[in-house]
Formats: sequence, structure tokens, C-alpha cells
Amino acid sequence: MTLAEIRAQFPILSETVRGKPLVFLDSAASAQKPRVVIDAMVHAMEHQYANVHRGLHWMSERTTDAYEATRDSIARLLNANSREEIVFTNNSTGAINLVAHSYGRGVLKPGQAVLISAMEHHSNIVPWQMLRDSHGIELRVAPITDAGELDMAAFEALLADGKVGLVAITHMSNVLGTYTPAGRIAALAHEYGAKVLFDGSQAIVHRKIDVQALDADFYVFTGHKLYGPTGIGVLWARRELLEQMPPFLGGGDMIASVSFERSTWAEVPHKFEAGTPAILETIGLNAAIGFMESVGYDAIAAHEAALTDHALARLSTIEGLTVVGRAQDRGGVISFTMQGAHAHDVATLLDRQGIAVRAGQHCAEPLMRRLGLDSTARASFGIYTTQDEIDLLAGTLLRVREFFA
Amino acid sequence: MFDDLRDLYQDIILDHGRKPRHGARLAAFDATAKGDNPMCGDRVQVFLRHGDDGLIAEAGFEARGCAISVASADLMAEVIAGRSDAESRDLAGRFREMARTGAASGGDAAIERLKPLAGVHEYPSRVKCATLPWHALLAALDGKGDSSSE
Repeated sequence: MTLAEIRAQFPILSETVRGKPLVFLDSAASAQKPRVVIDAMVHAMEHQYANVHRGLHWMSERTTDAYEATRDSIARLLNANSREEIVFTNNSTGAINLVAHSYGRGVLKPGQAVLISAMEHHSNIVPWQMLRDSHGIELRVAPITDAGELDMAAFEALLADGKVGLVAITHMSNVLGTYTPAGRIAALAHEYGAKVLFDGSQAIVHRKIDVQALDADFYVFTGHKLYGPTGIGVLWARRELLEQMPPFLGGGDMIASVSFERSTWAEVPHKFEAGTPAILETIGLNAAIGFMESVGYDAIAAHEAALTDHALARLSTIEGLTVVGRAQDRGGVISFTMQGAHAHDVATLLDRQGIAVRAGQHCAEPLMRRLGLDSTARASFGIYTTQDEIDLLAGTLLRVREFFA
Repeated sequence: MFDDLRDLYQDIILDHGRKPRHGARLAAFDATAKGDNPMCGDRVQVFLRHGDDGLIAEAGFEARGCAISVASADLMAEVIAGRSDAESRDLAGRFREMARTGAASGGDAAIERLKPLAGVHEYPSRVKCATLPWHALLAALDGKGDSSSE
């Protein structure tokens, strides 16, 4: 598929904003949706919808088939050992909270530690703080270098006493664009007896994820950043871990039997899926995965790498502009500051030209503090982003600098 | 290129955003409060010193924020000097109304001075930038009494 053909799949890209063509450079916050995703959800609502897993009628059975087909697609996408290792959640935050609650309270013991990094999104900080405060778990934070990479020596030192039961770390920073060395992280964690969870919210958008090759124990991502709908996220975990973990939310669908005296749990993954799920969104996510696979991860990763190189080169020519983070292995999420212009003012001026970027702390307040910054502007790229759009960004930023000079 | 942004970024705002006249901690103050917007990282601390007559003799602030929030804090510090707490509260209420709707009530000199900030009402995500210092002012007035000076 050519870039023009890919763009033609996204109806919203033909919209104008304030009279200018939309230049959407905020995909790391949430990505736009291709026609196939929209159509899949509309089709389900118009032709094939009922509740899942409970009806003995034709509509429910067909809807269950469509819903469960997403589990097969995700198992294939992640190279999971089995479809039962795929748990549907509402987003990455929901998946991490599930692990923090069930694995954290059910398997980790007070006195053990959880090790995160200094460049986590709040969603991979706060659930562990809540676990620390309720369950006597120590929370450790691996520092990053000034380049914005995980400090691997310090990381290993924090594992050395063997108390860390779980490492929970981003696979790609939503602020710095840094890819973390997931394979090495997993190997080190295992060497010291810890399990490892990766927050793949950003990474899976750009790179092929093979949970077995990474030797991960948990991997989470969200549908809406992967060109799918909001309200559907995924937890992958090794089956034996899911078996060990008590349920998170209780309710319908997650039980084998219920009496007022006691209930028994359904098999994994249903044990973790209480209540009527996000049926339409799950069906939509399957279409998004199909779309990603039809483009192909080789092409997606190459596109991201080329855009990132181009953007870094263009932005580096703008006087007074500083790109935050310079990791060796980095992708299409670029935060920057501009001398004399606050990130919010930059974002407002860019918006006037139809260019959507994010500005602020990016749900990563501790990282911003580590960087000594109050806020940054962030441009992030998607499968549909063009070099022309990056050139327009760079050209407009030159004018922004003049405006505030 | 940005001509249509002049309603938001009028010269007076760019000027006060870049070179605030009151952007410093007061050497002596009897009321202070911080305003914090953790979503975006804007931070402001307002300092007030009251005179023997009970009026605000001087106001100052320390801020890390955008041009809108700094200009708003600076103009606020300017217009509340010489006013009573009650007058300042009333002004804060009318300013917040103006930032939300674009319309200013009263027509007095103070609100006229603040009118360049009315354009913010067309930018819902920026309204809080303009109102943050005023929230801090109200908090400082509420906390008056547990003062400090240095």
C-alpha cells in the first residue's frame, strides 16, 4: 500500500481545521481510525449484534464468533502461545491495574518490590503506588540517563538483592520516543528472579511485537492508539501466571457457578472479564489489526524510522528549538521545547495552522521533573503521517519563533 | 501567518508575558498561595502585602507558564494594588466570567485593563491558563492570616 492509499483509508484526514487541512501529529495520544474499523463497528450494529457468551440464539452466537475472533488475531499478532493468554481490558491502564491488583495482591508478597523506570506514563506508576500503600510492596524506580535511555547498570543494581518480584517498564516512552531494550530487560529481570511486564501502548503501534522472542511475562497495549476504537485494551500474560492470579473484578461472565455461599471462577481468560465487554470495540480492534497486517510491520517500522530521521533533521535546524531526549533507539514521538515560547503557546499557534500537537506534561510528571521541564510540545507520527506534514510543522515552528521573538 | 491569533495574543499580552512587571516574590508579604495546573505544568505563586489601611498595597508573583498565564498574573498584580480584598474578589469573579464568555461586566478601569485577555474565551483549552493566577489570588485571600514574610 502506498502512503497515499493508506491516507485514503482514513476519512478524517480529509477534514479541515480552521480552514486548513488537518495535520494530525498527535497519534501517540490517540490515533485516527481507518474506514475498515468504522465499517466493522457499523456493520456489527446494523447486521450482527447481540450480547456475547450467553445467548443460545443465532445473533448471539455470530456476535460471539466475531468478538472471539479478535482474541485469535491478537494471539497471532503477539505470537502468544495460545488464545487463552489474551485478556480483554478497557485500555492499557485497565490492564496494568488488573496485574497490579491480581498479581500484585495475589502473588507478590509484602516485602517484595516492583521496579519501574523514571520514564513511565502515570498509568504505569500510580497502580504500583496503590499496591505499595495497600500491600506493603516496595516501589523502586530505575533512573534514566541524560540521553533519555534506561540506565542499565543502575537497573541491574536495583535487581541485585533479589527482592524485586516484578519489573514493569515501558517498551517505548510516550514523551522521549525511546525504545527500551526489552529483551535485555527481560533477561536481567529473570536472572534475578523477577517477572517482567511491558507497557507496549506506544511500541506496538510501530513495531512487530513477539512476546515469546522478548521472553516477556506480561505485555499490555490499548486499541485506540493502534488505529482501533477506544474502550478496548489487551493484557497478554503467560498462561501459568494467569492461572495463579485471582480474579480482578467480580460479576457475570467471569464465573463458573454462583451460590450465596461461594462462587467458582471461569477458566482463563474469562476469569478476568467480568460483565458485558466492549463488544463493538473489540470487533473494531480486529479490523484495526487486520489493517496493520495488510500494511505490514516491516513497512510500518520503515515509515516510522524515515519520518523520525527526517523530523529530527528538520527540527535541528530551528534555532532555539531543543529536542528532548536523544536515545540511540528512538521512534516517532518527538518532544521539544522552544526558547522564548511556552509549549502551550506553541501548540495554540500550530493549531491555528491546522497542526495538532500535544503540549504539557504528557501524563509523565515525574519524568518532566527529572528532565527539569514544566512542559514540552510533542509531535507524534502515525501510519498516515507524511514528510510534507513534517516540513509544514518545521516551517510553521520557524514562524512561531518569530512571533514570540 | 498568525494574524488571526491577534485576538488572543494582543501586543499587551505578548509584552507582559515576556517582561512581567510584577513577576517576583515580594520582600515582605502577609498572604500567599500557589496555583497549580498539574495537567499542563503551569505553576504560579501569588504574594500580597496589605497596608495599614487594610488595602492591598502590593502584589507580586512567581510563575512558570505560558504567555497567557504570565500576562494574566502580571495584569492582575497591577490592577489589585490599592484595592480591598472584597474589591479584588469581585474583580476575580468578573475576570473568570470574562475569560469564559468574552463579556466583561462593570466597565470600570480595572476590568477595562484586563480586557485584552477576553479573547481567551474562544480557546477553551486556554481559559484555565488565564484564570490560574486568579484562583491563586482567591486562595491567598482565603488563607490571609497564616502569613509569612522574608
